[in-house]
Amino acid sequence: MAQHYSSFDRGGRRWLFQRLTAVFLIGVLAFHFMLLHFVNHAADITFLGTQARMSQVSYFATMWLFLVTATFHGVNGVYNALVNQGLTGTQKNAVKYMLGAAGLLLVVQGTRVSLAMTTLV
Amino acid sequence: MSQSYNRGTVEDFGRWREFTAGMWAWIFHKFTGWVLVGYLFTHIAVLSTSVGVDPASAQAGSDLYTSTLSGLESLLIVRFLEVGLLAVAVFHILNGIRLLMVDLGVGLESQDKSFYASLLLTGAIVVASVPTFLGGKLL
Repeated sequence: MAQHYSSFDRGGRRWLFQRLTAVFLIGVLAFHFMLLHFVNHAADITFLGTQARMSQVSYFATMWLFLVTATFHGVNGVYNALVNQGLTGTQKNAVKYMLGAAGLLLVVQGTRVSLAMTTLV
Repeated sequence: MSQSYNRGTVEDFGRWREFTAGMWAWIFHKFTGWVLVGYLFTHIAVLSTSVGVDPASAQAGSDLYTSTLSGLESLLIVRFLEVGLLAVAVFHILNGIRLLMVDLGVGLESQDKSFYASLLLTGAIVVASVPTFLGGKLL
């Protein structure tokens, strides 16, 4: 068996959530790219078109979950990459809270944006 | 029967000439991940132009969100950056599937071949997508 090599603590939940969000993101990221570059060309996007899509409950829910899972996957990925580079102690804690705050702010702003795009609420 | 190898740490970029396929896959996955998370923050910042759009100007198609997006899309450099983003996203997805397989212990013996396949498929998808990304109105 090759040497065990991982960016994550053994038995840690961050590893599991990183994988679970990955499975969801594989499908949703591909769907997002297909819909907004191939079905609807990005150059032809208008606010009314966006509003029509975002006013369907299933599309809105998918895009909001996309925001939350992508933010977690990205921020957790960055944190793990930095831990890999040897981040420890106070620096590690500072980075953890800064990335957590940045992720939270992104979800809050992303939620504001998605609410501005919909007629559902 | 697989064997144990000591290839040293992948974080030691100075010895990149000695890296194996799996180590390159690790580096490409980190690099594309950094690009994607950076883009995510930028993307939400650009889409924030949708907050407080005036309904009358939205009907006329002259609202800030529509004009910001069409303004960006009219720049050739943005189209090329989008092709780059597609390359980064497709590789991250394909190598991500490969990583999930490795985690599940499926096809471990072919993990180097699946890395090369991810690269080739990414290249093919990106080349095939260039006409779509460069099409439509430009400045």
